[in-house]
Amino acid sequence: MPEALNLADDRRADRRKEALELLDTLEREMPFPGAPRIGLTGAPGAGKSTLLDALVRELRPKGETLAIVAVDPSSRTTGGALLGDRVRVRSGASDPGVFIRSMAARDQLGGLAESAWAAVAILAAAFDRVFVETVGVGQSESDVAALVDTLVYVATPGTGDALQFMKAGILEYPDVFVVNKADLGAAATRTASELRSSVSLGDRGTSPSEAAVILTSASAGEGIDELVSAMDAHRQRLIDGDALRERRWRGREIQLLGALERRYGAFGIERLGGRRALRERVRKDDSVSAFALLARLGLEIEEALGKSR
Amino acid sequence: MTAPENARRDRPWMFRTYSGHSSARASNELYRTNLSKGQTGLSVAFDLPTQTGYDSDHPLARGEVGKVGVPISHIDDMTALFKELPLEKMNTSMTINANAAWLLALYVATAERTGADPKKLQGTTQNDIVKEYLSRGTYIFPPEASLKLIGDIVAYTVDSIPRWNPTNICSYHLQEAGATPVQEIAYALATAISVLDQVRSRGDVPEAAIPRIVGRISFFLNSGIRFVEEICKVRAMAELWDEITLERYGVQDAKLRRFRYGVQVNSLGLTEAQPENNVIRIVLEALGVTLSKKARCRALQLPAWNEALGLPRPWDQQWSLRIQQILAFESDLLEHEDIFDGSRVVEEKTEELKREARRELDVVLEMGGTVAAIENAYMKQRLVESQTARARAIENGDITVVGVNAYTNAEPSPLMDGGQSILKVDESAEREQIERLVEFRSKRNRADVESAVQNLEDVLRNGGNVMPASIRAAHAGVTTGEWADVLRGLYGEFRAPTGVVATEGTGGSQATTDTRDRVHRLADTLGRPLKILVGKPGLDGHSNGAEQIAVKARDVGMEVVYDGIRLEPGEIAASARDEGVHLVGLSILSGSHSVLVIDVLDRLRELGLGNLPVVVGGIIPEEDADKLCQAGVRRVYTPKDFDLTRIMSDIVDVVEETSPAP
Repeated sequence: MPEALNLADDRRADRRKEALELLDTLEREMPFPGAPRIGLTGAPGAGKSTLLDALVRELRPKGETLAIVAVDPSSRTTGGALLGDRVRVRSGASDPGVFIRSMAARDQLGGLAESAWAAVAILAAAFDRVFVETVGVGQSESDVAALVDTLVYVATPGTGDALQFMKAGILEYPDVFVVNKADLGAAATRTASELRSSVSLGDRGTSPSEAAVILTSASAGEGIDELVSAMDAHRQRLIDGDALRERRWRGREIQLLGALERRYGAFGIERLGGRRALRERVRKDDSVSAFALLARLGLEIEEALGKSR
Repeated sequence: MTAPENARRDRPWMFRTYSGHSSARASNELYRTNLSKGQTGLSVAFDLPTQTGYDSDHPLARGEVGKVGVPISHIDDMTALFKELPLEKMNTSMTINANAAWLLALYVATAERTGADPKKLQGTTQNDIVKEYLSRGTYIFPPEASLKLIGDIVAYTVDSIPRWNPTNICSYHLQEAGATPVQEIAYALATAISVLDQVRSRGDVPEAAIPRIVGRISFFLNSGIRFVEEICKVRAMAELWDEITLERYGVQDAKLRRFRYGVQVNSLGLTEAQPENNVIRIVLEALGVTLSKKARCRALQLPAWNEALGLPRPWDQQWSLRIQQILAFESDLLEHEDIFDGSRVVEEKTEELKREARRELDVVLEMGGTVAAIENAYMKQRLVESQTARARAIENGDITVVGVNAYTNAEPSPLMDGGQSILKVDESAEREQIERLVEFRSKRNRADVESAVQNLEDVLRNGGNVMPASIRAAHAGVTTGEWADVLRGLYGEFRAPTGVVATEGTGGSQATTDTRDRVHRLADTLGRPLKILVGKPGLDGHSNGAEQIAVKARDVGMEVVYDGIRLEPGEIAASARDEGVHLVGLSILSGSHSVLVIDVLDRLRELGLGNLPVVVGGIIPEEDADKLCQAGVRRVYTPKDFDLTRIMSDIVDVVEETSPAP
């Protein structure tokens, strides 16, 4: 497993080719819908890691195997990154049924979406459930939303968050809201009710009533079973309404375009007729896996670029 | 030369030496020798398993038993530690925190067992959990529960052991973690305030007892080489404490508002290079806390000149004790009123420190006090920032350290004695301690133990005071690990934030930029960015070094997985595999490097990662370093490798050497 992730992260041409083949095989051979993919996002200090720890303790005894992809920001000046948060996910430290991989966002250098995308695809083939943990700063929610079936937003009580959510326009992505640290009492209850009302007012892709707001106390292990039910219920609704396929498909589109744009820039995208035309092609072409398509489109762009030189 | 007949001398402060190792019996002998040499108080160092609530035979204790202090697993150990020492007359300081209640209970039970009156016991339990989260790392339980336990001890001792200092608020370890004087003052006072607020709000302490309780709060300070500033720092703390205890707690009796403190002078600044110079540093640092009568310490511990090399021998500790005796008895230090009264310079500096410390204290209090400022990592981040700034200043020469980054040309030191100038802990100490423990367990009355454990759990579940139930458990033969397990079950275990994530690197020096270029180029060879794992195996909680390495590695463009403290070798190896790192760096300061590093190497080999390069940093004697390298470690870094950028460049070399050519 770790070797497969190393491979998927490798930029050398021969290894890249190998990685694409692996990912292509995985995508074609994995049954739909496969393992649930769950995003966990929220501001630093909201208690995401503690919540993950509690989720591990809730789900492991039921026999589920779990994979966690923990994404931390890269420094814009140095390109380096401190991946320090997994220290608080301790429940699985010596348990082979829990796998944790930390990744740097590398947003300036390109690669988060692609590496994380590949990692999720690989881990979903081997584990019963995959979590993707990221720091939410208003921008990354849409990226994570494209990677997962269900996006959980972890809010900190008493910080006047609700208004800020609306301002930042991130209320539209999460499918489940968690107000962690419910032991803070009144502040937590207030934040939860503010969230409930703003969620129902907000312009959301899914119907308003579907976004659950759950109060948890991760340190005390309270509300965790409720959170699991809410996540599972959300995914089940997608499956029942035949919407999960559409969500994954949209995610694939975002990932593919993003990957091409990061690698070849807007100029490269123009070579194949621009974003809109490319999106059409990606949407229609279901003859090959996303990863094979990525390789093919990349080649086309490179050829076109070669000609234009 | 003798003092004039009529000179009135103040009573000297208490002379202590922080000591203990191998076993209760060996430590008892050491204490008796030290007292016969003129030491006037004891300062007990416990080993890491004891400090973190594990019996000597717990898997996590492997390699750590008897290393940095004495192992105490049960009442027989405690009794052996104080054999033939008159407990009613001793003044005993115990460096114990997360489970201070337990070690104090063992001490009280030992007194009762040997016929001493607990009411007459004198001494100190360090019992300051806040700095454990920030620097020292021997915490067990979450902050809220820990503060409750501290409050229990305060509430219990005020009547039952009235001459005991229940908590010794430490700014010492904050300075070791990089705190500026302002941070040291502010965070220590904030800690004292959270303890007193806890005690006041718990309901079982009458309001009338508060002034007496305030009077029992003592502090434990550090004294660094900038000794003029240190004098002002202590004066500032004393004045602020007087103000806070009057304003916030309404203590009218000025005597109870007095700032009482003990000191261990700075170890952070002691150098491995030209170690004889450390004696001069220690003397100057001792002056910082003795010169000013108004701000003079109550008790003083001096480190030994060779602490950066390994464990000091009895002779090394004796030399430090003699420093204290010469200062107190030969010099005229104790014959004068405060020699700084009326000094404009000292007054202005003191005022400045007070002003800035007040401001920082308010920041923490507004956040909700120290518990909030630990959970949101505010204080930890500030300390990591200060430490990073200090490391950079030494690296680029803004701070001069003689023998390290200046005047490095030196004659070989005759004191070094061919690398033999440190104490070796007998490797059989761990085995013997475990044998005694197993025997002790087999002889206990099982019913007594079970009922004492049940009683402890019941009392705590109902919010009762931990002390009486713990004393009963001590008599019944409950062990250190069993006691802590009950509390772990009730309160859970805490993992403190590492504090490294938020610090943002700067462009840095030319050397930093050059190294960063190398790191980025190496990524092309490796196919992906250089990713390393910084790990702290074992129970050692001194994470400052590991944090500095992690931050620096990030600043030169590496992706760094830092898992925090107290990890089992198997966890580190599994993490190295899962994370797909190119190199593992281990940091160990407790002296248990030989066992733990070899353990990590073995585990890596078991996972098929025998070729993954491993480097090690810590207080590691040359002889041990050679052994580690023979076992497969690629590099060993010690305190003399102060240039972090050079270490990073070296790490790039190691990865280049070991990664297959493209």
